[in-house]
Amino acid sequence: MPDVTLTVDGQQITAPAGTLLIDACKSAGIQIPAFCYYPGLSLQAACRMCVVRIEKAPKLATACTTIVAEGMVVATETPEIAQARKATLQLLLGNHPLDCPVCDAGGQCELQDMTFKYGAADSFYTEPKNHREEQKWSPTVYFDRPRCILCYRCVRMCGEGMDVFALGIQNRGSSAVIAPNIPASQSEDGLAHLDCEECGMCIDVCPVGALTSDTYRYKTRPWEMNHVATICTHCGDGCKTTLGVRATTDGSEIVRGDNRDKSGINGDFLCNKGRYGFDFANSPDRITRPMLRQTDGTFQPVSWEEALAFTGTRLREIRDARGGSSIGVLGGNRLTNEEAYLLQKFARSVLGTNNIDHHRTADYPAFVAAMQGHRDRFASQHDNEKSPAILLIGGDPTNENPLTAWNIRTDVRLNNARLYVVNDRPIKLRRQAKTFVQLNPGAYADFASYLNGNSEPNAATADTAALQTLREALAAEPNLLILIGSQVRGSSLNAIVQFGLSLPNTRFALLSDYVNAHGAADMGLLPDMLPGYTPLNTQHDYAAEYGDRFSTQPGLNLLGMFDAAAAGNLAALYVVNANPIARYSVDPATLANTFVVVHDMFLTETAKLADVIFPSANLYEKSGSVTNSYGDLQLVKKASDQAGVRTDLELIVRVADRMGADIRKLVPFGKQTQANGIRADLGQTRGVHSGEADRHAVWLTSNNLEPKLSPFDPFAILDEIQRLVPGYDLLRLQLLSGNDQHLAPAAPDSLVQIASARIDLVLPAEDTLFTSGTLGRYSPKLVELADKYSHEPAGIPAD
Amino acid sequence: MPQLVSHPDEVRVLSRRFGQGAAALDKYLELDGYKAAQLAIEKGPDWVIAEMKASGLRGRGGAGFPTGLKWSFVPKTSDKPKYVLVNGDESEPGTCKDHVIFLQDPHAIIEGAMIAGLAIGAKMGFIYLRGEYRYLLKIIEQAVADCYAKGILGKNIFGRDGVDFDIVTQTGAGAYEVGEESALMESLEGKRGIPRIKPPFPAVVGLYGGPTVINNVETIAASPHILLMGGEAYAKLGSERNGGTRLFSISGHVERPGVYELPMGYSLRKAIYDVAGGIKGGRKLKAVVPGGSSCPVLTADEIDVGLDFDQMSKAGTMLGSGGIVVLDETVSIVEFALRTIKFYQHESCGWCIPCREGTDWLKKTLTRFYNGGGNLKDINNIQYLAENMLGRTFCPLGDAAAMPTIAFVKKFRHEFEEYLAGQRTEKNFITTEELVGASH
Repeated sequence: MPDVTLTVDGQQITAPAGTLLIDACKSAGIQIPAFCYYPGLSLQAACRMCVVRIEKAPKLATACTTIVAEGMVVATETPEIAQARKATLQLLLGNHPLDCPVCDAGGQCELQDMTFKYGAADSFYTEPKNHREEQKWSPTVYFDRPRCILCYRCVRMCGEGMDVFALGIQNRGSSAVIAPNIPASQSEDGLAHLDCEECGMCIDVCPVGALTSDTYRYKTRPWEMNHVATICTHCGDGCKTTLGVRATTDGSEIVRGDNRDKSGINGDFLCNKGRYGFDFANSPDRITRPMLRQTDGTFQPVSWEEALAFTGTRLREIRDARGGSSIGVLGGNRLTNEEAYLLQKFARSVLGTNNIDHHRTADYPAFVAAMQGHRDRFASQHDNEKSPAILLIGGDPTNENPLTAWNIRTDVRLNNARLYVVNDRPIKLRRQAKTFVQLNPGAYADFASYLNGNSEPNAATADTAALQTLREALAAEPNLLILIGSQVRGSSLNAIVQFGLSLPNTRFALLSDYVNAHGAADMGLLPDMLPGYTPLNTQHDYAAEYGDRFSTQPGLNLLGMFDAAAAGNLAALYVVNANPIARYSVDPATLANTFVVVHDMFLTETAKLADVIFPSANLYEKSGSVTNSYGDLQLVKKASDQAGVRTDLELIVRVADRMGADIRKLVPFGKQTQANGIRADLGQTRGVHSGEADRHAVWLTSNNLEPKLSPFDPFAILDEIQRLVPGYDLLRLQLLSGNDQHLAPAAPDSLVQIASARIDLVLPAEDTLFTSGTLGRYSPKLVELADKYSHEPAGIPAD
Repeated sequence: MPQLVSHPDEVRVLSRRFGQGAAALDKYLELDGYKAAQLAIEKGPDWVIAEMKASGLRGRGGAGFPTGLKWSFVPKTSDKPKYVLVNGDESEPGTCKDHVIFLQDPHAIIEGAMIAGLAIGAKMGFIYLRGEYRYLLKIIEQAVADCYAKGILGKNIFGRDGVDFDIVTQTGAGAYEVGEESALMESLEGKRGIPRIKPPFPAVVGLYGGPTVINNVETIAASPHILLMGGEAYAKLGSERNGGTRLFSISGHVERPGVYELPMGYSLRKAIYDVAGGIKGGRKLKAVVPGGSSCPVLTADEIDVGLDFDQMSKAGTMLGSGGIVVLDETVSIVEFALRTIKFYQHESCGWCIPCREGTDWLKKTLTRFYNGGGNLKDINNIQYLAENMLGRTFCPLGDAAAMPTIAFVKKFRHEFEEYLAGQRTEKNFITTEELVGASH
């Protein structure tokens, strides 16, 4: 649309025709206050705070409902406007409890800010305020009615934004009140409750302290916390969560998770896991000392020195006696890219094995193989925000990738995007879909084959007429975004990609389950591929870098390793923050004759079988980078601290050191270009993870001139990733400014995946909104929520 | 059935069929019923709108917007169905004219809706009846049923191919707010009765998103008469830019309260002293609320004014819905102000802050003041509250509460002060705790 020019407070501004005045002003740096206006939600014009004077208009107009017009002359701050806003605030404060000193919102309250600005502190009412007791609506949501200013943001967020509609308005006039969807009359305990997705978005948008969260309320004040923006450890969407951290006697604890500045890839959104699912970090069940299995089978805490020396010696003995190929390495889905990279480098260059794998929640190698030659077609999370058409095959983003679901809903609602949903279950996103085709259970391969024109429509797949209509509609889409659920693998995945590539401008993404599932695959935690999906036996730079132990012979995959263990051919297994025993239902006896080293936070099913357990840090206790399902890379920053634990990066380096490896070859730290470069020793640990590396001058860092003083500095590994891994061509300045960067794997043309006959190698986690693999079991809040909603699958309400 | 009143100065256009049993279809037909509708079908929409424009008819709900102009705003073509909506949510205190039309001449409403439909190209009309008027529903429903039975409503009405018109009747749930046109549409769609953001206006995006003409019952009922007598003839009955006649509901301290049809521009003094028979018991006039409770009050010295939209506006008040409430010297303005604000506090929908909180604080303050707990500062606060609501609320309900309150305090400030000085100990004093307990 053409731009219009208008005058605001004497300043000429231009905005696209059709823009709301409040948005046009904001873009020009003129902030107009508003309580009820919230970008992207329906307009209310209820709070009357955004009133402005428009020349020739008979009375003050609301900027949130006024559309800019050519030649419009607007004043946004005059004595008349200030008085109108002040009077509105006086009315609000008349019944407001003014319990700011104890209110969670104190210090971050829009009502406080407005009162501060317009000075409505004087009161002339004699009548007592209407007091109401606070109500606990759900395990996460509390409602303090007297603080509510009825801006209806929560109601709209819940309905329009989340498609949950659990909040409404009851009564009228001064008795009007926000009400949850389970009225007191229908509740077992006689109190009103919420039955919802517990996303906490209502609390997030509340401009005052009317809605507060169970995890944070009355715990501390906003200014008493350090606010660390990092990436949520749960699903593969990669949302930014800002953790509020305060010091404790044994480190520091996370008090709050929220979407504080809304500057992340997730924009306005954050789900319950990003908000409340941090409490595993504060769990009393955490392992905080290294432990060695004793001859009687029990674990005994030992010193770091003893545990490291023992592990290093044993691994070295095994490698030298039985060969590297007798050792297996399993990485986690929640490691940083740097840790995943270092783990496979450690395996390949120190242990001398290609028996490397991780819990694959989606078939990235097949996806990358199918996409060869089309690097520009890998979709970013941001593509969900504006694609005119989206095809979702498999998956259940509402439960498994909540940000993806949010972006899809928003795209449909605000941009009239056409959503096509193909699934064997009636997933909730069908409610936004233009077309929903329900497949017969597990008929994804048949569907993919039909879609790609390899077979005729078949009633065993789905209703044939529906299939044909869908295919015709898709064929007419010139800008399709195809999201592929993790049920779709191998040749089916390839068929869908080939269909998509037959249309112009189609982009693709493969949805996976945990924060760095994509990164784990990208970083080469695979038996047959090096980082960047580089086949072992092709021409590449790794051979020269990884030293003599590097082999081009593909190793065993995860299931192969357990087969080998069962046959007595796996002498050692090194597991870094993964729980394959539980996830793949492995018989614990399989590892009876294997030396098992485990890094973990908890005594999981796998950790219980270990000979050595190293207490390790979680994602909120380390720095580095992660890559979401879409290939968007972001920085994680160390937020909290737990005494006694070390990051996986540090642990790997220390074990390698005890094995006698040259650490300088493993981690390119120090000034490698000088013969007598800066020297550092292994004594330094903490500082490098606490984000000091990113606090150096941005210019230095962006020009790669910053010395990496310590072998535990993740940025030293990031340097190597940037240098060696195809597709990880990062702009460091972008990264350090907190932006996400979209990466596309640059797989070589010759990429051929070793076909696995065992499809169960890829095991989607199928988490709900309230589970998160093994980790979720150690989050009291997620356990409480999962228990509350155990009666029905979350997010599939009856229509 | 309430007794009908009459006076020689009345000009009977709208009330022509009152008292003659015109609620029965046969009688209505006998009294020229549905002739105007057939004329409209014959002459076409352009002619109808031209006649309506010529009549100078202005909306009888209170806003006084020219009806012909409103009809002409509806786009000729539309993807969505167009609708005619008859606003029978007559709730303004002091107003009971639509009530009489429903009782005496319900077919005029149906015929008027039909004419509006023909004018804008709508095939469907809704008659929305105030929730508290539920007992009138059977009258209008019977009238509608009779029309369907006679082929006056439905498909091919009056035996003319392709001319269809349907009527649906619906009652509200008892909310003054839904008298506001967009809130009425929300209510009719089954939602909370809160007003919509304008623009878009109903003529473009109205009921169920379709272009909609929404008119007051009296406005709609006037249209058949206008077509039959001709727009210009109708206009001549009234004053300049205020065509025709209108129904005035005169109530309060007069000898002969009732609904009278007077020409636009008729003297307010004559309406009180001649038509309604003067002040009851020969007492002295204190004040007049001229057009329903939301209109600023006029003092006894201000009643030499003509009853039309422009003259009333000049006098600093409004013609509103034509509900003239006459207050004699026995009335306490403090009590009357409280009674007025109680109504608006009760009826505020709660959507926007100034109206929801403003009416509530006005009520609380006035209640305490009335019960003897007031002080001088309260008088200023009442005025401050009302002045800061005026023009700042989402819909006119806030103005409707603010305007009379400001006028009461400004014009009768001395009464508020005397009330403080003289009566505070004589009234039954109620503590604020009791008050709050009683009202919440």
